[in-house]
Amino acid sequence: MSTTDSRVPRPAAGAPHKPPTGPRLEARGLQLAYDGRTVVADLDLAVPTGRITAVVGANACGKSTLLRALARLLAPRGGAVELDGAALRSLPTRELARKLGILPQTPVAPEGLTVGDLVGRGRAPHQTWWRQWSAADEEAVRAALAATSMTELVDRPVDELSGGQRQRAWIAMAVAQGTPVLLLDEPTTYLDLAHQIDVLDLITDLNRREGRTVVMVLHDLNQACRYADHVVAMKAGRIVAEGPPAEVVTEATVEDVFGLRCRVVPDPVSGTPLVIPLGRHHGDTGGPADAG
Amino acid sequence: MALSPSPGLRRAAVLRDRPYRLAVPPVSGMLRPRLVLTGVLVAVGAFGLFCWGLALGDYPVSLPDVVKALAGTGDPGTLAVVRDLRLPRALTGLLVGVAFGVSGAVFQTMTRNPLASPDMIGLTEGAGTAVVAALVLGWTGGLGLSTLGLLGALATALLVYALAWKGGATGYRIILVGIGVSWICTSATDFLVARGNRFEAQEAMGWLVGNLNGRTWGQVDSLAVALAVLLPVTLAMGRWMRTLQLGDDVAAGLGTPVQPVRLALLLAAVGLVAFGTAAAGPVAFVALASPQIAQRLAGTSAPPPLVSGLTGAFVVLGSDLVAREAIPGTELPVGIVTGALGAPVLLWLLIRANRAGSGG
Repeated sequence: MSTTDSRVPRPAAGAPHKPPTGPRLEARGLQLAYDGRTVVADLDLAVPTGRITAVVGANACGKSTLLRALARLLAPRGGAVELDGAALRSLPTRELARKLGILPQTPVAPEGLTVGDLVGRGRAPHQTWWRQWSAADEEAVRAALAATSMTELVDRPVDELSGGQRQRAWIAMAVAQGTPVLLLDEPTTYLDLAHQIDVLDLITDLNRREGRTVVMVLHDLNQACRYADHVVAMKAGRIVAEGPPAEVVTEATVEDVFGLRCRVVPDPVSGTPLVIPLGRHHGDTGGPADAG
Repeated sequence: MALSPSPGLRRAAVLRDRPYRLAVPPVSGMLRPRLVLTGVLVAVGAFGLFCWGLALGDYPVSLPDVVKALAGTGDPGTLAVVRDLRLPRALTGLLVGVAFGVSGAVFQTMTRNPLASPDMIGLTEGAGTAVVAALVLGWTGGLGLSTLGLLGALATALLVYALAWKGGATGYRIILVGIGVSWICTSATDFLVARGNRFEAQEAMGWLVGNLNGRTWGQVDSLAVALAVLLPVTLAMGRWMRTLQLGDDVAAGLGTPVQPVRLALLLAAVGLVAFGTAAAGPVAFVALASPQIAQRLAGTSAPPPLVSGLTGAFVVLGSDLVAREAIPGTELPVGIVTGALGAPVLLWLLIRANRAGSGG
């Protein structure tokens, strides 16, 4: 991967940005529950417009639940999610789908569906029963395929692609939807490291070139630090810390949020925080990592 | 009118189903050559079988005379035979095939599982139970057998949906609950048939197997009206079916009102199968097999609703020809033929699902 070849420290993600023009996405006093079990209680969040936000936290801390609520896939028990000050639940379905796109975790394409067909379905919010495939739809699909380097694979069935290509195809669908806000639930799950970086670079491109607001749930703290402008750390349904990666990802916060003792050093490539876990067999008790 | 190849599709052959954009602003749509070609061929084939069925019988009519009679010309004797005696049967077969095919396509697409067709999740069984109960218990409430079948199918659908509901009904739950309800209905029907006297049991069996013998214009009319309403409604929701196919969350993200659309589609599909069953009884396997055949012919990722309907008509009309001609002097019920043809299709689907490990 080229990312490790280069020793030149790049500016932390987010330096050259288009001025933010997209809608503001906010949560106020949000309470979320599944089957009466409260998952998120009284959460406030203002998503930075035009930036990449990463939501991190241990398993079952409510981060995916929060993302689902931000996309109106889950109705809040209390409080509200607002888009430009208007409660999400008051927006017409189609209007919301033109402003906010969501890619759930590991979606499954029906057998035999081609990449071109999948990406074309991203245009659904822009279509009516008489305007099923306009020139604008066609251009959006072409651009989305080009942006995700999927043009060559347009006739291939999605289920025959590699994991990385498949994820690119789904992202292309979300890109074709053309929403200023894009929510992604663990977009790198089940991908090998090279493809993880590939997908995260692609998301960064979308953010920088087109100024799209991105909120993604990520498992890997180091990737969150490198690719996000804003990190939201959650624990037991609450936000423990949020802000730029360098402020949020500290040894104390990581121990609090993940229950993991660690060292945090500057990433030699990006300069962002790099979390080195200690574990029981290394670190303080006399492993090589102690030298740092 | 603009006709342009869609993006990035340069070398693709026609049979790769390379889509074209069709536009007469502000109207625009996508044209898939292979889908259109399949639809036309199946429609022509179904019409051929339709005419052939009208030509056969104790008083043979030549095919050109059949077409003339359909157009309202020709000698009065032929006209009477074709239009008054034979047309109701052929039309019932045609319409029942369309209704079952479209209904099966909707169910299979919504649940993403070919096994979730209406004849597998209890709807036709429910219709059967209602009719047999009325015959054996001797109480029809002044309703015809067809109406009872209709009510039975609707009631079963309601029961399956209610039992499968858990903060939204998912495809998988509908299949599981549907198979359970289907067995309850089958057992109830068996019990009633065993309790009834021989005459009642025979009448019940005749209806249960699916039959096109002795259809009347009355049956054709109510089915035609139902199709005239439900078919456009179903086809108009086609674009939502394409997003629902990607899963509920993706569909909702793409602006699909998931639960209302699913309920509307299921109601329309239940209506189609209920009216079809009311007219001809539960003609086995048509709703299961036709969409699968259509999907493979058209090379699509889900059963195309309209082509599935045309395939259904082809299957029912073709099976009815076999049923009438297989044993000289005897007319088998059409359901026996579709059952015999459909069982291998079901087996093949099950084996394939098992290999793919995906349930379909």
